[in-house]
Amino acid sequence: MGRQYPEPSRLDRDTVVTARMPNDDLQNPTPATRTPQDPALAYTRGDRLFGHINAALMLVVVAVSLYPFIYIMAVSLSSGAAVTAGRVLLWPVDVTLAAYAQVLGERAFWIAYANTFFYAIAGTATSLALIVPGAYALSRSRLKGRRAFNFLIAFTLWFHAGMIPFFLNIRDLGLLDSRLGIVIAFACSAFNVILLRNAFEQLPAAYEEAARLDGADDVQLLRYVAMPMVVPTITTVALLCLVARWNGYFWSMVLLFDAHKVPLQVYLKKIVVDLRADDAMAARLATASYSFETMTAAVIVTSLIPILLLYPWLLRVFTRGMTLGGVKE
Amino acid sequence: MPPRLSTATPEPAPATPPDHPAAPLRATLDGWRTALRDDWQLYAMLAPLLIWFAVFLYKPMLGLIIAFKDYSLYKGVAASPWVGLENFAALFGDEQFRRAIANTLTLGILSLVIAFPVPVLLALMFNELGDGRFRRFAQIVAYLPHFISVVIIAGLVVALLAPSNGAINIARAGLGFDQLYFLTIPGYFRTIYIGSGIWKEAGFDSIVYLAAIAGISPALYEAARLDGASRIQLIRHITLPALVPTIIILALIKVGHVIEVGFEYIVLLYQPATYATSDVIATYIYRAGLQTGDYGLAAAAGLFNAIVALALVWGANTLSRRVSTATLW
Repeated sequence: MGRQYPEPSRLDRDTVVTARMPNDDLQNPTPATRTPQDPALAYTRGDRLFGHINAALMLVVVAVSLYPFIYIMAVSLSSGAAVTAGRVLLWPVDVTLAAYAQVLGERAFWIAYANTFFYAIAGTATSLALIVPGAYALSRSRLKGRRAFNFLIAFTLWFHAGMIPFFLNIRDLGLLDSRLGIVIAFACSAFNVILLRNAFEQLPAAYEEAARLDGADDVQLLRYVAMPMVVPTITTVALLCLVARWNGYFWSMVLLFDAHKVPLQVYLKKIVVDLRADDAMAARLATASYSFETMTAAVIVTSLIPILLLYPWLLRVFTRGMTLGGVKE
Repeated sequence: MPPRLSTATPEPAPATPPDHPAAPLRATLDGWRTALRDDWQLYAMLAPLLIWFAVFLYKPMLGLIIAFKDYSLYKGVAASPWVGLENFAALFGDEQFRRAIANTLTLGILSLVIAFPVPVLLALMFNELGDGRFRRFAQIVAYLPHFISVVIIAGLVVALLAPSNGAINIARAGLGFDQLYFLTIPGYFRTIYIGSGIWKEAGFDSIVYLAAIAGISPALYEAARLDGASRIQLIRHITLPALVPTIIILALIKVGHVIEVGFEYIVLLYQPATYATSDVIATYIYRAGLQTGDYGLAAAAGLFNAIVALALVWGANTLSRRVSTATLW
């Protein structure tokens, strides 16, 4: 809808109550059921059977989670003829890198890739430049009008004008088909502001008082005292923005007309979902050892790589974001 | 003026003559003048953020008045004639819009009933795996789809369900069933949407429940084990009851967002052949407004959608306040 697109998952957005800094690694909480030392607590045969059934079901879950990735990888590495004949199900058949060679030789692919990098980096930088100082100001209890400002920001989580007025507004601002428009129009979200504001609010006042006695003003306080202490939350916000930028397609598709400006996801959408090859591509397809299917699969795999490379780090930071002030009983 | 020593210092109440008629206004103005002078740095930090919210989220709200106008791009908002509730009359007279409302509710409620319990189940299963390597691996695999863009998810769905050489149809052929073009059959759309939604988000959504499970005291389990409880009884009488508050709060959040279906994802997967089940309010707005150019009608639909969404979130929040002491905000 007409809201900013660095949009966190719905769960994130709604469960912010107060931000706590979790010290523990919530990704792998201590399991509640421990291995019992006491022989009286040894598992019975039924309990062990239950454990085996659970593990077997979990294997099924893992297989189902992984299968689409394995399948698309297999298709991307197979020959076009094998895929068309329906011979590819799990392993590549007639292994060839022709589809990859084709994708990587496509100029439009690289332009889209570069555009995505630009939007992700410029967009995240803009977001932080707006959100960090703003959230800091909103966290100061002496700020006059603070309640009203906070309400105005939180209200946008509840009510938004919708797609059409948002689009017309972008048009009126002259930001249609503009890289600048994409970078700026989706820079903030109330969720990220609130996340960071809560982190600033949690800081002990003593540090600030000490710095003030040394003559620090607000800008110095933010730069040298508050910001270093909320680095984990800033990282979370930065990654939320980055992933939203990397994955977002809808507004880029609607607001950009020039094929040289579109990010990877819009390029992907045209090929992978609309199944539409441009003319040059179609001409080459007619004589190639790859097919449209294997080429689409190769595009998908290639675009997954950056997310997979970042995944360990993303996982750590996102699980923290997910439980930052999550639901507290 | 020396810098103030504490953030907690309250604004000093300005002394004003009590019998002066303009006193309250002047006191307010004086208060603001003092605040702006003393805390100008804070206001300078806040200003860009507030301007962003004003320009990109609040200005479009004013643009909603086109829902009551016969809006024409060339005349602009001001010069377009008022038509009262005509757009709304046209909207509710449109059979397609009524169908979109029904589809939105059906998808939302089905997701709530079918998809919502899955993360709870997954969290219980992860927990019962103990603390070994397999559990870590299973979690890492199950969380992965959350980080992948809807475009790629849609691409995977298209590839897996391809009419002749997709994995599902190869398997169907192998088992002696006829091959189907699932994405063009209205009867399959909801299954595809909800199924792929579970595949994408259920793993990641289980994190909140795992965090809640981590908070359960191990002493409870040990005591129950000494009393001879089986693993199933431990789940039934300790783990599950401990999750109830989290489940209730998250369920209420979901109810509040029941009409906010994954529109960006649906746009990728739906096609005219499946509109009977796949066309939702947001896709209707997208087509009417951005594709057909019927801005007034689309804005009216958007306003209707936003008001219903606001009422639902507000209702769910009120309810959760009553159910538990924790509120969404």
